Amino acid sequence: MLWFSVLVLLPLAAVVVTATEGGWSTFVSVVSEPDTRSALLLTVGEALGVALVNAVVGTVIAWVLVRDDFRGKRLLEVVIDVPFALPTIVAGLVLLSLYGPRSPIGVNVVGTRTGIFLALLFVTLPFVVRTVQPVLAELDAEVEEAAASLGANQATILRRIILPSLVPAITAGTSLAFARAISEFGSLVLIAGNKAGETEVASLRILKYIEGDYYEKAAVVAFILLLVSALVIVALDVVSRRVAVRG
Amino acid sequence: MADSRLIRSRRGPVTYVLRVLVVLYLFLLVAWPVSLVADRAFRATGTHEGGVGPFLERLTDPATVYAFNLTITVAIWAVIANTVFGVGISLLLVRYRFVGRRVLSVLVDLPLSVSPVVVGLALVLAYSSTQGWFGGTLETIGIQVIFSTPGLILATAFVSLPLVVREVVPVLEEIGTDAEQAARSLGANGRQVFRRITLPSIKWAVVYGVVLTSARSLGEFGAVKIVSSGAEFRGETATLFVHNHYQAFDEPAAYAAALVLVLISIIALVVVTYLRPKEERA
Repeated sequence: MLWFSVLVLLPLAAVVVTATEGGWSTFVSVVSEPDTRSALLLTVGEALGVALVNAVVGTVIAWVLVRDDFRGKRLLEVVIDVPFALPTIVAGLVLLSLYGPRSPIGVNVVGTRTGIFLALLFVTLPFVVRTVQPVLAELDAEVEEAAASLGANQATILRRIILPSLVPAITAGTSLAFARAISEFGSLVLIAGNKAGETEVASLRILKYIEGDYYEKAAVVAFILLLVSALVIVALDVVSRRVAVRG
Repeated sequence: MADSRLIRSRRGPVTYVLRVLVVLYLFLLVAWPVSLVADRAFRATGTHEGGVGPFLERLTDPATVYAFNLTITVAIWAVIANTVFGVGISLLLVRYRFVGRRVLSVLVDLPLSVSPVVVGLALVLAYSSTQGWFGGTLETIGIQVIFSTPGLILATAFVSLPLVVREVVPVLEEIGTDAEQAARSLGANGRQVFRRITLPSIKWAVVYGVVLTSARSLGEFGAVKIVSSGAEFRGETATLFVHNHYQAFDEPAAYAAALVLVLISIIALVVVTYLRPKEERA
């Protein structure tokens, strides 16, 4: 308990205190700095987009992994976990090798918002897949059977039977992906270009404040990020408990 | 079950389209880029030579060796700390009912979703000798946390804290307390119960958590970037090494170190997938 306090609680408390020390006016003045505001907006916007793509693509991947069977499927399973296992800075480098300067396919996304989007897609790939997969695997075949025997076609079964039971898992995975995307740092350092006001995300904004010794401003931005991730965690907890009660 | 298999295994064109799409997506997003790292690490570019010899030379460069040594030292400490305290926190969460237990269980997960930069900033604000709350006090007793190895360990331990807990908690919940109570009623004391009953049953979960923690610790970048001075031979970990050398247009060295990190994480992955079924069988 003491270790936990020293390691996690005290430092986080320090952020909150430093952020709120200056009062409301400091808060507002930091957030209304054009570069900071655009960084926050960019971060949230990209994260939302990435989360949505993940919700769809992740579910499809999970579907293929559970319901389909083909050679090399086990390899695919490993590939999905690679983004989790790779150090984030290496993830950035990895993407640069294909989509950066000297790209073998002639695509260069360095310093563009597409690059940020791509990096975020990479690091958030496993979340939805891994939360949806077990649920999908445990779905009862009998319900689908029953629906089919009553004349429902594939599309109806998918819409009325399968999707509803997957929704909680998809939601959970998507919010995890969102939280990760909003706080992502390592993989973006090399790829984003970090031009203030254009391709600079919130976490890089914090880094710049720290490097410029504006610890208070850094704390404010950090506080906002903390708030958002805390919100997401609580929301997740509520959703999963509601599901547990229902299930 | 035979007929249910039939319905589910019916394959239309959609199945194949989806399969191709998924494979393509994963190939473009993950598999191809990752495999290119190996290519880049060995290929000659401009003034840099390619091939295995120069690759090994880059890896045995003192700066590289230092970076990996530091990373491994930090990871070992972080893993030890997190295993001990992770198991402790898990026991606390599962076996005891107390006020704020739910809050604690939410807080434990927090490091996973907090931005690494924020983690770094938080540690600086708490422990830096110029900015921090306790930095001054610690400095007077001769401990410098930020910009030195303890800071790196703290940062690494912070970000990987939940990994052991998350693995151990479900197992503890599942095994229940029957065996422990039986042991206690037969006169075993607390430590004996833990060593003979609890530990063997959570063994695989702990091992699994340790592998995950090690992988995460070796690869931490964001938090480390903030709390380390990051200069060569002075707190430059392997990930910082990759970053610094890429920024300094020394791509081959960056890719060489990156390849090593990639291999480590893939090994960790394979170990983990190999352990999983074992743990489920137990």
